[in-house]
Amino acid sequence: MSSSTYIAPTDHAKAADKFMEDEERVNWHDKALWFIREKRDVASKQLPEWELLRETASQIKQNVLANLDTYLEQFEQNAKQNGITVHWAADAAEHNRIVLDIINKHGIQKLVKSKSMLTEECHLNDYLADNGIDVVDTDLGERVVQLAQEPPSHIVLPCIHKRKEEVGELFHKHLGTEKGASDPAYLTEAARQHLREKFLTSDLAITGVNFAIAETGGFVVCTNEGNADMGAHLAKVHIACMGIEKIIPKAENLSVFLRLLARSATGQPITTYSSHFHRPRPDQEMHIVLVDNGRSIQLGRKDFYNSLKCIRCGACINTCPVYRRSGGHSYHYAISGPIGAILAPNMDMKKNADLPFASTLCGSCTNVCPVKIDIHNQLYQWRQIIAKEGYVPATKAQGMKVMANVMANPTLFRVAGKSGRFMMRLAPGLASIKAVNPWAKQRDMPEAPKESFRDWYIKNKKKS
Amino acid sequence: MKVGLFIPCYIDQFYPQVAVATLQLLEKLGVDVDYPLQQTCCGQPMANSGFSHYTQGCDSLFVKNFTGYDYIVAPSGSCVLHIKDHLHDDKNQAAADQIRSRIYELCEFLTDVLQVKELQASFPHKVGFHVSCHGQRGLHLSQMSELNAEDFSKPGFLLSLVKDIELVQLNRKDECCGFGGTFCVSEEAVSVKMGKDRVQDHLEHGADYITGGDVSCLMHMEGILKRQKSGVKVLHIAEILNGQL
Amino acid sequence: MSSRESILKQVKANKPAAAPLPATLAFPPLPAADVLEKYVRIAEAVGTVVMQVESLSAIGAYLKKHYETPERVLNTVKGVGFGQELSGPIEDGHTLANLEMAVVQGTLAVAENGAVWVSEEHLPIRVLPFITEHLMLVVSEQDVVNNMHEAYARLDVSVPGFGAFISGPSRTADIEQSLVIGAHGPKRAHVFIVK
Repeated sequence: MSSSTYIAPTDHAKAADKFMEDEERVNWHDKALWFIREKRDVASKQLPEWELLRETASQIKQNVLANLDTYLEQFEQNAKQNGITVHWAADAAEHNRIVLDIINKHGIQKLVKSKSMLTEECHLNDYLADNGIDVVDTDLGERVVQLAQEPPSHIVLPCIHKRKEEVGELFHKHLGTEKGASDPAYLTEAARQHLREKFLTSDLAITGVNFAIAETGGFVVCTNEGNADMGAHLAKVHIACMGIEKIIPKAENLSVFLRLLARSATGQPITTYSSHFHRPRPDQEMHIVLVDNGRSIQLGRKDFYNSLKCIRCGACINTCPVYRRSGGHSYHYAISGPIGAILAPNMDMKKNADLPFASTLCGSCTNVCPVKIDIHNQLYQWRQIIAKEGYVPATKAQGMKVMANVMANPTLFRVAGKSGRFMMRLAPGLASIKAVNPWAKQRDMPEAPKESFRDWYIKNKKKS
Repeated sequence: MKVGLFIPCYIDQFYPQVAVATLQLLEKLGVDVDYPLQQTCCGQPMANSGFSHYTQGCDSLFVKNFTGYDYIVAPSGSCVLHIKDHLHDDKNQAAADQIRSRIYELCEFLTDVLQVKELQASFPHKVGFHVSCHGQRGLHLSQMSELNAEDFSKPGFLLSLVKDIELVQLNRKDECCGFGGTFCVSEEAVSVKMGKDRVQDHLEHGADYITGGDVSCLMHMEGILKRQKSGVKVLHIAEILNGQL
Repeated sequence: MSSRESILKQVKANKPAAAPLPATLAFPPLPAADVLEKYVRIAEAVGTVVMQVESLSAIGAYLKKHYETPERVLNTVKGVGFGQELSGPIEDGHTLANLEMAVVQGTLAVAENGAVWVSEEHLPIRVLPFITEHLMLVVSEQDVVNNMHEAYARLDVSVPGFGAFISGPSRTADIEQSLVIGAHGPKRAHVFIVK
């Protein structure tokens, strides 16, 4: 397959506008994700110790980040002792090169891959395709978006933006399913058969990593479909790719994280498979690629480093009222939703300057986060940095300056008020109105009353 | 007890009746209320847009206006939260900190400081209560649906003191309405869709009025209701609690 | 400088202040009967068929009664008496491509999530519990624990080269969030709790 022809949007609001053109789909998308949020609520409320688990998980991760260098070295040493080859990649390009080198060393042409958001972040598929390697994503949702030549729109539910009819069409075209067939069970069975053949004929499997254990030199991969296991256990070579923040100190810490992960993600008590890899099979090679790609920089940002606690459950995405109505692709970054919006600016502040603004700062994300990342505060903090760095439209910055001057000066404020609807005039984005006032496009303006409260107060209450 | 009344800018300009109701309600409850005439804004519109570095003037003015009161009370969770979290004055940080610790949203002032147990108010209508995010998740005026923790609601308690009011249950009891400050114009499509969905939840459950603690959210939803030519009205909770409707 | 060195150097320079690792969580134990009841309830909720049996041979009797074709059944648990009994390793997992059923010993079962810990120590080859269409897990009644904290306290997960918590048959809800049982792994799963 050639590398993707998908053209990513560059502006969240514009992409959201486009997604909103099909309101029926937006309603469906919103409901599907809200349903998962509700399942998460039910699951979390069945454990009286839920909030204690979140706090403990957050503290474990705090300890990890505070000792990340020593845990990484400890992990490396133990993994090597276990017979696993450990690689270090400073950035996406180096990660991709390392993976390609291993593939080439074995003369392999095709491989299976289970879900790894890290490889999405590094655009590994495109890189391998450009180098003539046939990569088959084996997670059903990932396979769907791969066939559609799109990136995943959600870290846990890669094709949540697709209707079953669209999946049916894709499968008809690529897998030969019956035309018009859209029953999820039928389509899943077709994918099972199609991908089983791939598992049985691939000599190399790439997986992600959910947790890597410093003390034991092993790693854990969680799936519901069993695709990571089918790939890794049948292949001669297993490459596991992970961000350096995926380390945990001890195996027993998994008890906390595995209790939180699936309940937060989908409301399941645990994923169907939580596979612990410690040594390759006798006839197998096992590699781990430890990837930095901006993480060590984020680690040094005092307001943002705890975003590295993320265990990629997707709960913040499911609960985000903006995400549910704008769709994952509107975030134009490998990781969508609120967590993506605080990770992306670290990678490229200019390109992702819009993302921290794609939020009402409602704070629901922070509340569902199983490792207690203060996501909405970080969105606010990124806005300050992005504005200071000059990555907001000049008209908005200008409008803000005018507004700030008015608000700092009671006389100006009253003059502006008297001229009526000052807020609406001052609000950035309205200052440069073209044809339409964005407030009034679908909303009525509030009616300006005869007098302001201040006027009323002076008339009716002021004693002296 | 001397209370400084903080009336957010958009209430002063567009919804003076909310400020009047707040003032009357506090005075009825025996509070000595003063309204500093030189007040403008809490600075949140700038700060939430990333321009907190433009808010020094606004912040200093706020400190100047509200220094010396036992409490500062405002009928807006959002503005109160902003002051609580961010008020800053290089020249007088001690005064700013004191304001941050003494500012209250109206409902929490009634329940926590005045410890109101009864109200002379009646409102024989079906009412949907809109939970505003900053009041709830920021000021903890009510329990958040995401947490595994005991349920409570300060505004809910106050509404329970109003005679003959019928509160409707919602499908999503604390979903954001999509106002979000400048978000309401910079992300117009999402903002409006969130507002429509929130309004719909109230309509489906038969609400004749939508009330809440933040006029910003209510203004947004009112704009949508009016565009839909709906007969459903929005009221700030102070107007209901004041009992003068 | 190698990437390894440069990453470690930057991590060391940028890492936040020291923070202790919190104490291991433990919760009061549940009575054994409650644990078992909880296991059955939750395992069934995730799609596992749970059978409580008196002995290993009762599993064989059950399987004989319900499944007619023992040819494509691999049985790795001595004493069950059904299908082809196997004790040694399997060289190549690809030969299992059409396996109908595998009977596999589980180390322990976890009540709070229905999972069973399956260790390489009990597997002739790693892929077995994933590639089979129907997975039959066997767990001793005294090896059912309440939660994951108890499970990790009892296990040393680093001893086998591979081990997994398996909870129910494989599943996906990737298409329109509608749950389909039988993604890439087993389409059906039984857990036999042996007295």
